[in-house]
Amino acid sequence: MTAAVEFACVSRHFGPVTAPIKAVDGVDLTIAEGAFFAMLGPSGSGKTTCLRLISGFETPTSGQIRIFGQDVSQTPPHLRNVNTVFQDYALFPHMNVRDNVAYGLMVKGMGRAARYGRADEMLSLVKLDEYGDRKPGQLSGGQRQRVALARALVNEPRVLLLDEPLGALDLKLREAMQDELKALQKRLGITFVFVTHDQHEALSMADSLAVFNDGRIAQIGTPEQIYAQPRTRFVADFVGSSNVLPPAMTAALGGPAKWASLRPESMYLSASGPISGTVTALRYLGSGTRVVLRVGEADVAALVPTGAPVPQIGSASAFAFAPGALHVMEGE
Amino acid sequence: MLSDRPSALLKISAMAGLLFLHLPILLIFLYAFTTEERTYAFPPPGLTTEWFAAAWARPDIWEALSLSLRVAFIATLLAMILGTLVSAAMSRAKFFGREQISLLILLPIALPGVITGISLRSAFGIMDIPFSTLTIILGHATFCIVIVYNNAVARFRRLSGGVMEASADLGANAFQTFWHILLPNLGTALLAGGMLAFALSFDEVIVTTFTAGQQATLPIWMLEELIRPRQRPVTNVVAMVVFGATVLPILLAYYLTRNGSETAGAGK
Ligand SMILES: Nc1ncnc2c1ncn2[C@@H]1O[C@H](COP(=O)(O)OP(=O)(O)OP(=O)(O)O)[C@@H](O)[C@H]1O
Ligand SMILES: [Mg+2]
Repeated sequence: MTAAVEFACVSRHFGPVTAPIKAVDGVDLTIAEGAFFAMLGPSGSGKTTCLRLISGFETPTSGQIRIFGQDVSQTPPHLRNVNTVFQDYALFPHMNVRDNVAYGLMVKGMGRAARYGRADEMLSLVKLDEYGDRKPGQLSGGQRQRVALARALVNEPRVLLLDEPLGALDLKLREAMQDELKALQKRLGITFVFVTHDQHEALSMADSLAVFNDGRIAQIGTPEQIYAQPRTRFVADFVGSSNVLPPAMTAALGGPAKWASLRPESMYLSASGPISGTVTALRYLGSGTRVVLRVGEADVAALVPTGAPVPQIGSASAFAFAPGALHVMEGE
Repeated sequence: MLSDRPSALLKISAMAGLLFLHLPILLIFLYAFTTEERTYAFPPPGLTTEWFAAAWARPDIWEALSLSLRVAFIATLLAMILGTLVSAAMSRAKFFGREQISLLILLPIALPGVITGISLRSAFGIMDIPFSTLTIILGHATFCIVIVYNNAVARFRRLSGGVMEASADLGANAFQTFWHILLPNLGTALLAGGMLAFALSFDEVIVTTFTAGQQATLPIWMLEELIRPRQRPVTNVVAMVVFGATVLPILLAYYLTRNGSETAGAGK
């Protein structure tokens, strides 16, 4: 099976050659056909630039991009079978919703009746049957988001790019849309490339994900791999509320002298240690209580499930962790 | 507690201000119908419509009117083409000296008319261009471009680059994007800019005085006519025409941009 999207050492630099801004820097990437692929990373890490490289609005400074095995370096955006749901939706303000959705078919020369029929199908797919005659300005944020989705899907792209499509929505709507998007992707079998800086969103929705940092991929893998076996401190920090242990501490806990990560939920109270210190903070989270322990120079957080006894702030306390929970990281 | 209702004093002074501004216009209309030919005696001794016929029969008025219309039309057309192109370039490209050029484009409207007039006059003189309809048109085009440019640039700014990328993303080529996305969004702004430019050109006096040879546009004709105490109410009839030809486009432009800004803002 050919990959949907492949990056071969792709870079995109902006600004002067002497002091370039390395928005994307030597990225290798393979996105399988039909996958729900997430790009996760902090602001400015190059996620949008990567999407724009796929859609054709940026050209790589170096490296090669292939879409379904075909080199697209010479293909302008309007000839790529890739569609985008833009972060700000970019709906056409002077057209009603139906014309917005039918736009991709219109520019291909499809007749009015046929394209309106297709547009209405797409609108019912995103549950907006009644809204065809409205202008985008008369819709709520969530509704606009769905119109943008319907408009991008009407061309039956083989790859759909979504740039933080849920960023502008409130939490409840966001969660509802996450489920809908995931279901839609499964149903249509289209490859989704989904950009987000919300780690929960990336972990819960993606089949596979790439963590970006400073224009480079810090780690790529399944959500389970990224969560349980972060390769670097950056990934461990960014992806979860995990403890990052310095080499000395890892060594003291029986590992090699390297940075390691330790999940708070894998720790439990145990009088014999091996991690002991003073409790400095408690945070009740509903399903449990997060206990922050001062161990020498470092802070270590542990999750005590609700129902179990919780130590007092200021008291000395000791924790043990499940065997195998200490993950030693390969990178820095 | 402060009342929302304006005080009587405020109302009266506002009324007085409005009357002061607009009564003279009404007077112009009134004197177009007076039977007194030499002085503007108030109240007019009698009312008549004979001056309309008199104006109709005067070839010099027709000449001036036709010149004014021609100049306004061509200057506006020129301004719409050049103004749109410049605004497109300014809002899409980033290049060295962009700010400076934008200032240069805006300058003619800020410059006093006499300066524009004198500089154009000496430029035409140096280049040995004889004064003609063409020189008037060029003079008017300098400030008409600014009007169109300003309107178009404001609309370009509101039209986020996103929608044009969205259009290309959905498979539209450059021409389709221009036709289906850019033009409908720019259309009312261009029309409004064009109408304002037309109105400005139609009643322009200062630059015209410097760039016209023996020809008289309608406003210049009126200025000359006021000095001669002959058939005075004819001037008033012409003033009514000028009023109609300038006020209507400006009002229309106002309504067009008002609606335009509503739809454009709603898309955000
Ligand atoms: N056209 C450009 N010119 C110069 N620098 C750019 C350009 N586009 C992006 N950059 C820079 O490249 C870097 C990556 O930008 P990018 O938009 O890809 O980040 P991002 O990961 O999408 O961030 P966010 O989460 O904030 O959207 C940033 O430092 C940005 O300033
Ligand atoms: Mg971005």
